[in-house]
Amino acid sequence: MAATPLNLKVLSEKRTPLSGGHRLCAGCAEAIIVKQVLLAIDDPVVVINGTGCLEVSTTIFPYTAWRVPWIHVAFENTAAVAAGVEAAYRALIRRRAIPEDRRVVFVAFAGDGGTYDIGLQALSGALERGHKFLYVCLDNEGYMNTGIQRSSATPRGAWTTTTPVGAVMPGKPQWRKDLTGIIAAHRIPYVAQAAPSHWKDLMSKVRKAVAADGPAFLNVLADCNRGWRHDPALTLEVTRMAVETCYWPLFEVENGVWRLSYRPRRKLPITEYLKLQGRFAHLFQPEYQNLVAEIQAEVDRRWEELLRRCGEHV
Amino acid sequence: MGRWMALEGTEAVAYAMKQIAPDVVAAYPITPQTGIVQTFAQFVADGEVSTEFLQVESEHSALSACVGAAAAGARAMTATSSQGLALMWEILYIAAAMRLPVVMPVVNRALSAPINIHCDHSDSMGARDAGWIQIYSENAQEAYDNTLQAVRIAEHPQVRLPVMVMMDGFITSHAVERVWIEEDDAVRAFVGTYQPACTLLNLERPLTFGALDFYDYYFEHKRHQVEAMRRAKEAILEVAEDFARRFGRRYGLFETYRLEDAEVALVVLSSTAGTARVAVDNLRRLGWRVGLLKPRVYRPFPDHELIEALRHVRAIGVMDRAIAFGAMENGGPLWLDMLAAAYRHGLHIPIANYVFGLGGRDITPSEIEGIFTDLMQIAERGMITRPVTYVGVRGEAPLPTPAEWALWLPEATIAGD
Repeated sequence: MAATPLNLKVLSEKRTPLSGGHRLCAGCAEAIIVKQVLLAIDDPVVVINGTGCLEVSTTIFPYTAWRVPWIHVAFENTAAVAAGVEAAYRALIRRRAIPEDRRVVFVAFAGDGGTYDIGLQALSGALERGHKFLYVCLDNEGYMNTGIQRSSATPRGAWTTTTPVGAVMPGKPQWRKDLTGIIAAHRIPYVAQAAPSHWKDLMSKVRKAVAADGPAFLNVLADCNRGWRHDPALTLEVTRMAVETCYWPLFEVENGVWRLSYRPRRKLPITEYLKLQGRFAHLFQPEYQNLVAEIQAEVDRRWEELLRRCGEHV
Repeated sequence: MGRWMALEGTEAVAYAMKQIAPDVVAAYPITPQTGIVQTFAQFVADGEVSTEFLQVESEHSALSACVGAAAAGARAMTATSSQGLALMWEILYIAAAMRLPVVMPVVNRALSAPINIHCDHSDSMGARDAGWIQIYSENAQEAYDNTLQAVRIAEHPQVRLPVMVMMDGFITSHAVERVWIEEDDAVRAFVGTYQPACTLLNLERPLTFGALDFYDYYFEHKRHQVEAMRRAKEAILEVAEDFARRFGRRYGLFETYRLEDAEVALVVLSSTAGTARVAVDNLRRLGWRVGLLKPRVYRPFPDHELIEALRHVRAIGVMDRAIAFGAMENGGPLWLDMLAAAYRHGLHIPIANYVFGLGGRDITPSEIEGIFTDLMQIAERGMITRPVTYVGVRGEAPLPTPAEWALWLPEATIAGD
């Protein structure tokens, strides 16, 4: 069977595995990303979901927004649960409890808190063991489900409720963790970074991820208008600006080969991204000029490092 | 026909696991459980069992993987001890509440701090209210038999709860014993095939597992767990009956020893029951009417049955290999349960607590004879002066000896002559 072509007309006719009626916020990027990921997969999917916004908003008993098998166990163990489900699938095929030709794709969704922080160990273990599943990190750069606290994915200078802006603190003092790089260091078959603003890029990556012979990881920037403090209508615009400023580059690492999948025609200054979001509003006061310059320098440094890794001219 | 084998306790359990042949085993090594995972790993490596064996990076992930596997319709097992069980805490409750029949041998070991690798029951006792069925084994044979039965109990359609099977760290886990191992086919026939009520891998009927409950449903789901735990008692006996019919070894909710005509009784779990039997025999030779009760099933707690078995005695001693810190008199959990059960069922006799063996401290027959002597005095006086005694610990006032009891009340020694 030929894969469903990645064009909007055809995709819009596909039944979405995540139905409407869920209780995610208006403008939440997570619902958009989940639909993009799952619509890219033609085989049956089973979803493993870590604790977080997506989980609480889609499965308030006795309702569920999921039209596909779905399981949630806890916060830090999404990858371990996925490993168990995938192992069960292989065992049940072996003892012929399920037909050998039944293809199932296992997709795990978890937030940055559940991936960068508390779930990193379980994820690392599952990747090292080589379970065949796609792990999608919905990176909204903080603990948004508990009400906007900093995580190791929160960018430097961002306001959160645990890195508030005060007389002696300019928001989060530390740089964000390079999780995609950490995952790439596991040398799994497929690692990529994506954004829902670039849907076709994201969906192509999902296709490669599920075709990979082993674990695959997708880090997706998941705008949270409640935490990032902007108009809910601007979700994809803010996301696009993260890509255009090279703050959130789109790239993939396929069997160890790094490739840039999108290069902005003209790299925009980081302020074009920062100025759209209330969490960075304080940075535009004169006393934080240096911090903005430092942020720009760090974005440039990481971008150039990525260009070199991808064999692109700097 | 089965056969006799010389096996360590952990090997006996690994053998049971090989015969059960779970679809998925996810485990992490920890002393003194390690013998289970490494023996099982060799079975996998030798192709003697076709289990998907996940050598996970932590106990938390071990149980998490078992939860995922069991939800997917697989028979899943893990095994742990002490800190490993503590690390699993969060998922223990989830496995039980999701009604997943995971079976987990637990090799009892003290909890840190101070770090200690030897036996006590602090680990599994701390998990006593997590919603798991708990079965305690005295020796390697019981650990083997209980592991086989645990699968049937956990998967019983009226139950569907996870089961822990305990054995004492080192004392049982590392001692080589003569164990009767049943025929593979006979075990296979006994455990049968897991028939899940619903599974994640049923694509025709997509289900949501682990949804969010608020105040409008959470309580009902917890209430269902109570019902399952209540029904477990009957299921445990039903499985034991079938086990006895097939294999000839009979198990109940507990086991008694020379209890029928006893004046005082001792209640103790696991391997210490063996030591206590020696003490009972020694004192019986002096004519003392002492007896023993060894609970096998601790959760669900067979309160009614236990009290009925003990109703005729004049005093009860409960030995605990754990402390419930801050609970009444800082006693042990088994004692607290026994007190509650006695009150509940109108048995108004002295029930004293003897906390012993923490961190693997040895307990000897003569110390248990001291406990019996204390109990005889309590029975005579009809009251307790020291509700909790920490046996064999520095600074604790010593227990009386049988000789002292003889001086105190000479006729006691000649009663049976």
